[in-house]
Amino acid sequence: MSIPDGLWYSKDHEWARLEDDHAVIGITEFAQGELGDIIFVEFPKVGQKFSGGDTFGTVEAVKTVADLFMPLDGEIIEVNNALDEEPDRVNSDPYGAGWLVKVKLSVPGGTGDLLDAAGYKELIG
Amino acid sequence: MSAATAPPASLFDKSVPGRIGHRPPASDVPATDPAAVLDARLLRKQPAPLPEVSEPEVLRHFIGLSVRNHHVDRDIYPLGSCTMKYNPKINDAIASLPGFAQLHPRQPADQVQGALEVMARLEQALKGITGMDRFTLQPPAGSSGELTGVLMIRKYHASRGADRQTIVIPDSAHGTNPASVIMGGYRTVKVATDGEGRVDRADLKSKLGPDVAGMMLTQPNTLGLFEDHIEEITGMIHAAGGLMYMDGANLNALIGLARPADMGFDITHINLHKTFSTPHGGGGPGAGPIGVTAQLAPYLPGPLVTESNGSYAWEPGGPESIGRMHGHFGNFGMLVRAYAYILALGEDGLRSMSRRAVLNANYLKSLLTDVFDLPYGDGIMHEFVLSGRRQKERGIPTLDIAKKLLDYGVHAPTVYFPLVVPEALMIEPTESETKQTLDRFAAMLHEIDALVDSDPEALRNAPVNTPVRRLDETKANRELDLRWVKS
Repeated sequence: MSIPDGLWYSKDHEWARLEDDHAVIGITEFAQGELGDIIFVEFPKVGQKFSGGDTFGTVEAVKTVADLFMPLDGEIIEVNNALDEEPDRVNSDPYGAGWLVKVKLSVPGGTGDLLDAAGYKELIG
Repeated sequence: MSAATAPPASLFDKSVPGRIGHRPPASDVPATDPAAVLDARLLRKQPAPLPEVSEPEVLRHFIGLSVRNHHVDRDIYPLGSCTMKYNPKINDAIASLPGFAQLHPRQPADQVQGALEVMARLEQALKGITGMDRFTLQPPAGSSGELTGVLMIRKYHASRGADRQTIVIPDSAHGTNPASVIMGGYRTVKVATDGEGRVDRADLKSKLGPDVAGMMLTQPNTLGLFEDHIEEITGMIHAAGGLMYMDGANLNALIGLARPADMGFDITHINLHKTFSTPHGGGGPGAGPIGVTAQLAPYLPGPLVTESNGSYAWEPGGPESIGRMHGHFGNFGMLVRAYAYILALGEDGLRSMSRRAVLNANYLKSLLTDVFDLPYGDGIMHEFVLSGRRQKERGIPTLDIAKKLLDYGVHAPTVYFPLVVPEALMIEPTESETKQTLDRFAAMLHEIDALVDSDPEALRNAPVNTPVRRLDETKANRELDLRWVKS
C-alpha cells in the first residue's frame, strides 16, 4: 500500500502536497482501492472557498458515490479537467496524474490536524 | 463459441430484400395520395429502412432473445427490497379481457364504469390495508410515487407560508429516495443507522429543526428490520412540524400485521409490482399508488375516482392539487392485476402472504449464517443483508460470489447495497419460494463459499454458463453509448 512520505493525510483518505504557494489535493491509493473503478469526478468551481472538512465535490465509482472532503481551508485555483476524459487516472496514479484540485491555502504552509505518512499508515491499519 | 453463446444477430442482419411479412388483399376503397392530405414536413423522401423479414423469423428472433434472459418464471430472483414474487397468470388473463384491454383512456366515464369501479375498489382495498384515507393510483412507479409525495409535502408547507428546505433520509435509504428529494426541490439530511440497524434516534434529534420539511423512511427498513421505535420517530418529526413519508418497498412484510397510518405516517407509496404481484422483472411497467391522511388529500394529483349511488365518475384535482403525475390515469393494466390479486387472496390470504414472506427469509437466513456474516440480524422480517466480509478476507469479493450464482441459473441477490453493510448481499426470497428452492439456493452459496478456498479462479472468471460473460461495467459507465446506428 503506497503512502508516500512528504504528503499530509486526512482521516477521510485525502492527501495534500504542499507546494510553494498552493497545495495539491487528491485521494489516497487506499481510497481508490476501496471505491473501485472511478467513472466520474464532480469538481467545485475555480474560485470557490472551502473550510477544512467541507464537501468540495464527489467521486463516482460503479457501485457508489463518495463525497470529497477538503483537508484544509482554502480557495480552489485549479481542477484536474483531464479526469473528464480519463477518470481512471485516479485509480492508476492517485498521487500523480490522478490529482483532483489545487488550492490556495488560507494558512500557507499550515497542515492543520492532518496526519503524516506514519500516522495515516496507522489509521488504515 | 457455441450457437447458444454467440452474440445475437439483429433483425437487420436477417433482412433479405423483397421478403415480406404479409400480402394484404387489394384495397376496396379509393387510394389517397398522402401528399394531398398530410403536411409536406411529415412525408418521407425514402421509405423507412425497416428489416425485410417474415413473421416466423420475427417471432424466432424475439423468442430467441427472451430465452437468453433470466426471469422469475424460470428460477429464483432474490433481489432485496424488490419482492420478486410469482406473477399469477390469472391476473394477466383478467387484465387482457377486452372490457379492460380495449378501453381508451379518453372515453367518457359513462362508457367505462367497470374500469372506474375496479379503480375505486382497489383504492378501498388499499385504504383498508394501510389505514390511509385517500389514494391516487396515477404514479406509474414507486419513484414517481415518491416524487408525488415530496411535491405534496412541498405544497403542504407552502400553503402554510413555511419555507422548509430539507428532508431527512436514513443512510441506508434506497437511491430513489434522495433522487426524489432533490427533484422535488429539497436538500437531503442524512440520519445514521445505529448499532441495532435502526434509525439512530439521538442523531435524528440532533438534525431536526424548523428547516426540516419531513422524513422518508422505509418500514421495515432496507436491512429487513422493523423500526421498533417508529412511533417515537414519527412523533419527533411531527413535533418539528414535518411530515412522515413511508417508502412502501418493504410492505410485503406488513400486510394484515401493521398499518402505516397507525405508525404515524402521513403519506405512503405502495409498489403494486412488488407487494401486489404485478410483473416487473422485464422493466414493468410499475405502479406506485400514493395513500395519504385526510389532511393531505387536497394536495393529491387529480382526477380521482368518486362513487355516488353505484355510479362512478372522475373528480378533477382540487385547487390545491399538485397537478397530474401521469398523462392519463396510471398504468391501468397493473391496477387491474393488483386488484385481481387482492380479491384472490382476501384478507386472510394477504396476511398469510406476509407471514410466509417473513418465515421464508428467516429460514433462508438460518441456512447461511454459518458461512456468511449477518451484521444486523436482530429481528429480520422479509429480507436480510449478509456481508461477504469473511470471503473478502479470503480473497473473493461479493461481486464474484454474485457472478458465480449466475452459473447455477439463478439471479444473484442485490449486491453492495445498503451501504451500511460492507460487501453486502441483500436477499429477499418472498413467500413464493418453496422450502426445496430455498434449500437449493443455500446449497449454491455453500458451494461457492467452498470454492473461495479450493478454486478462487473459478469465481474470478464467473460466469461461464451464461449467454454473455462478465460485462465490463466500468467501460460501460466510462464510455456510455446508448445509440445503435445501422451500419
